[in-house]
Amino acid sequence: MKFTANTEQEKKEMLSSIGVAGVEELFKNIPSNALFSPKKEGILKKGISEMEVLAHLKNLSSKNLTVADHTGFLGAGSYFHFISAVVPALISRGEFLTAYTPYQPEASQGTLQATFEFQTMIADLYGMNIANASLYDGASALAEAALLALRETGRKKILVSRTTHPEYRLTLQTYCNDFEIVEIPYSKDGTVALEKLNENLNEDVACVIIQNPNFFGLIEDGQTIGELAQKKNALFIVSANPISLGILEPPGEYGADIAIGEGQPLGISLNYGGPYLGLFSCKEKHLRKVPGRIVGITKDLEDKRGFVLTLQTREQHIRREKATSNICTNEALMALAATIHLSLLGPKGLKELAALNLKKAHLLSEEIKKIPDFKLSFSSPFFNEFVIQSKHKPEIIQEHCLKNKIVSGLNLSKFYPELENAMLWCVTEMNSKDQILQLVSLLKGL
Amino acid sequence: MNPQEPLIFELSVRDRRALEFPACDAQSPEVEQLIPEKFLRKKLPQLPEVSEFDVVRHFTRLSQLNFSADTNFYPLGSCTMKYNPKINEKTSSLAGFTDAHPYQDESHLQGSMELLWNLEKMLCELTGMDAFSLHPAAGAQGELTGLLVAKKYFKTLGENRTKVLVPDSAHGTNPASANIAGYSIKSVPSNKRGRIDIDALKNVLDETTALVMVTCPNTLGLFEDQILEISKLAHEAGALLYMDGANFNALVGLAEPAKLGFDILHLNLHKTFSVPHGGGGPGAGPVGVIQKLSKFLPTPRILKEKDKFKIMLESESTIGQVRAFFGNTGALVRAYTYILSLGHDGLKDVSENAILNANYLLSQLKDLFPPFVPETCMHESVLSGSRYAKDGIKTLDIVKRLLDYGFYAPTIYFPLIVPEAMMIEPTETESKKSMDDFVSALKTIAQEMKDNPQTLKEAPFTTPVRRLDEVLAARNPILKWKQ
Repeated sequence: MKFTANTEQEKKEMLSSIGVAGVEELFKNIPSNALFSPKKEGILKKGISEMEVLAHLKNLSSKNLTVADHTGFLGAGSYFHFISAVVPALISRGEFLTAYTPYQPEASQGTLQATFEFQTMIADLYGMNIANASLYDGASALAEAALLALRETGRKKILVSRTTHPEYRLTLQTYCNDFEIVEIPYSKDGTVALEKLNENLNEDVACVIIQNPNFFGLIEDGQTIGELAQKKNALFIVSANPISLGILEPPGEYGADIAIGEGQPLGISLNYGGPYLGLFSCKEKHLRKVPGRIVGITKDLEDKRGFVLTLQTREQHIRREKATSNICTNEALMALAATIHLSLLGPKGLKELAALNLKKAHLLSEEIKKIPDFKLSFSSPFFNEFVIQSKHKPEIIQEHCLKNKIVSGLNLSKFYPELENAMLWCVTEMNSKDQILQLVSLLKGL
Repeated sequence: MNPQEPLIFELSVRDRRALEFPACDAQSPEVEQLIPEKFLRKKLPQLPEVSEFDVVRHFTRLSQLNFSADTNFYPLGSCTMKYNPKINEKTSSLAGFTDAHPYQDESHLQGSMELLWNLEKMLCELTGMDAFSLHPAAGAQGELTGLLVAKKYFKTLGENRTKVLVPDSAHGTNPASANIAGYSIKSVPSNKRGRIDIDALKNVLDETTALVMVTCPNTLGLFEDQILEISKLAHEAGALLYMDGANFNALVGLAEPAKLGFDILHLNLHKTFSVPHGGGGPGAGPVGVIQKLSKFLPTPRILKEKDKFKIMLESESTIGQVRAFFGNTGALVRAYTYILSLGHDGLKDVSENAILNANYLLSQLKDLFPPFVPETCMHESVLSGSRYAKDGIKTLDIVKRLLDYGFYAPTIYFPLIVPEAMMIEPTETESKKSMDDFVSALKTIAQEMKDNPQTLKEAPFTTPVRRLDEVLAARNPILKWKQ
C-alpha cells in the first residue's frame, strides 16, 4: 500500500521547480554508508494490500483470548466496564481523531471546549478546584503529583503506602530516582498502618501518597491520613478510581491537595494496558505548578466566548528545563472518550454504576467466604475488589477457571509475596449473577 | 457561520438520562449497609443530565468546530500531520486486541505479544538499533526513558556524568526531560548554517557530559551534516549520542540512525508511523538503543522462547517503569499495521515524497518568506516572516489569515532561534494541488498585507470564533464551568 499522491508527471514538475534533477539530490548530504537497505532475511518485507493486512491482523488478534469471550474477574488498575456505542462512534470522527494539540484555538474549538468540559467533570468528580487536560496514565500522573509536591515544598522525601498500585510505585521510583521514597506498610485490616505513617512523618516529607480504594480494593481512612500529613505541612496525594467516586467521598472532601486517577474505567477499552488516561486535579493554590495542558475560557474580538490553551508559561515549549513537566503530547482523545462517557452516565448513572459494582462484588465475596478453606484476607470495607486467600495455589485456581472459560483474579504472589496464596478479585457490572455463582461453584469443586 | 455550541452542562435538564444499566440481579444489602456513612459521597458530582441524542449532537457539533488532517491541509511543522489510514482504526479495534486485560496470563495474549515483538524488530531494522522498548507513552516520555538509560549506564561504569548538551534549536521537551532525569543542561548554539556550532560544542563537551542530544533532521528541517564529526567528538569524550526522532519521517526507509553514530533514539509513532494525533494524543514514544545499553531498557519486556512469547516483568539492570503496564498498545497496533501495509519500499516512498513535497513548497514560497538557511531542506522548512514585521504584520497575523482560506497554520515562533518563524511540514500524503492552493493563499495574503493590512490584524473572520484573547485567559484563569 502507498498513501502518497504524487504522480510521476507531478514529481517531474516539482523537481524542476526546485531545480534539481532527482530527489536524491535533496538528501545527498546523508553519508552514503548510513543509507538504509532492506535485509534479505529481515522482518521488513515489501508492502502488501489492505486485504492482506487485515487478514494478518485478524489472525493475530484471534490468537488472543479476552475477558469478553471469557468471563473475567481481573481488575487491579485496569477494569472491564460497559462502553456505549456512542463513545467509539464519536471519538472516531476524523475532526477529533486527526487534529493535534490546539495551538490555533480559532480552528480547534471542538477539542478545546470538550477539554474544558473534561476539566470541569474531573475537578468536580474528585472534589478539587482544578483539573488539567490529561496526563499519560494513572501511574505517571502519580509521579507528576509527587514531582509537584517536591517542587512546592522544597523537601526531599516521599511517603507512599504499600497499598498503592505496585506499578504506580515502580513508576514513582523511576521518575523520582534522586529522592528518598519510603513505603508505609499496611496493617492487619489491609489499610495504611497509621502509627507507621506517623513515625515516618516529619519536616523532610514533601508528600504522603495513598490509593483509595487501595490496591486491595479497601477504603482507606483518608480524613485521618490527610490530617496527619497536614500537621507536618506535607502535601496529601490521593489516587482514586473515578467510578468509585459515584458513591465514595471524593478526595477533595477529606483534605487531598492533589487527586489523581486512572481514567480508563471511563469509557476506555482494556487494550492490553494502553492508551489509558492520566487524571490530574488539585487545589487552586498549586495552579502555577500543574504539569501539562490546561484549557481556559476567554473572549474573541467580538466578545464571544471561546476556549484557549492557557498558563502556557508553565510548559516545556516556553520554559524548557524550568518547565513544570516535560509532557507535550497527552491523551486528548482518551479524555474526550471519558467526557462523552461521563455525559452519558450523568450524576445518577454514575452513582448507579458504582452501586452495581459494589453490590456484585459483595455477592461474590459473601459466597466465596462460605467455601471451606477460603477466607477474605481483610476486614475493611471495600469497593469492587477484594483479596481472597485459600489453601490452593493461585496457579491451580487460574488453570481450573480457565478450563471453564473464566479469567480468574490476579495472583498477588509477585507483588505481595507476604500474602500466601492470595488473589485479588474484581467484579463489575459486566459480571452477571449467574457468572458469579458459576465461579463460586467452580471454587467449591477444587 | 456556526452558532455557538453551549457547554454540555448548559444543556442539562434535571432527571434527563442517557445510559442505563440492568437492575442489579444480585440480592445484596444497600450501599449504606456496605460502606460506613463517613466514607460516602454526600453530594453528587455536577455531571450533565442529558439524553443520548443530546450527547451525540453536542459532540458531533463540537467536532465540526475543528480543523483536522481529514478535513484540512494541516502543515503543522514538526508534527507530521500525514494521512492516517483508516485500516489502522479497524485493526486496532479488533476485539482480540481491545478486550485483552494487561494482567491476563501470557499464554492468553500470544497474538498481541507476537505483534509487539514484530514491531520491536521492525523498528530495530529501520533505525539500525539493537533493541527497542515500546513502553513509553509519547515522545517526551521516550526522551526521559532514554536519558535514564544513559544515567544508569554511566552509574554502572562508575562515571559521574551530570551534564546534557542540547542545541538551542531543540524541542523544549529535550531540556525539560533532562531536568526531570536529574541532569544539568547546557545549551549549544547553532551556527549560521543552522547546524550545531562544532567549536561551541567542543568548548562544553567534557568528562562530565553524559549525552549530546541531537534532533535529526534538526528543527530547521536540515540534515545535521556534520553528524559524523559530532558523533566522533561525543564518543571521544566518553558521552553518548541521543537522537530526538520526532523528525524521523525524513529518514524512514532511507537512512539508519545507528549508522550515523547514535546510541539512543526515540521515535514518535504518532508522527512518522501514522497513529492519529487525537487532538493531542495518545501517541507512543518507543526507545531504541545499541547493544551495550539494551539491558537498561524499561520493563516489562517481551521475550521469545522457541515459538512462545513471554513477558519479563523486571530485571536487575532495568531503569524500571515510566508508566503502568506494557505500553500504549492501541497505538502500537496502528503503527504495526502501517509498517506492514507500506513495507520497506513504501516507507522509502514516504521519506522521499516528504522531502520532495517540503522542497516544492519551499521553492514556491522562498521569495515571499525567505528560509532561515538558504538551501534545500529535508521534510520541512523554516521560513521567516521578519521582513513584514517591520510594517507591523506579525507571523501570527499571517497564519490567522490562513485559517480563513481553510488551511491550518504552520508551527510558528519555533525554533526559537528564528525570528517570526514559520515551520512548514506538508508530509508525503499531501498532493501537489493542495500545496499549490496553500501557496496561492499565502500569495493572496501577501497582497492583502499591502492593500489592507488591517484585514490580517483582525483575522480570522470565518472560523467559529474570531481572534481569541489569550492574555485575558491567563490573567483571569477560568478553568472549569460554574453554575
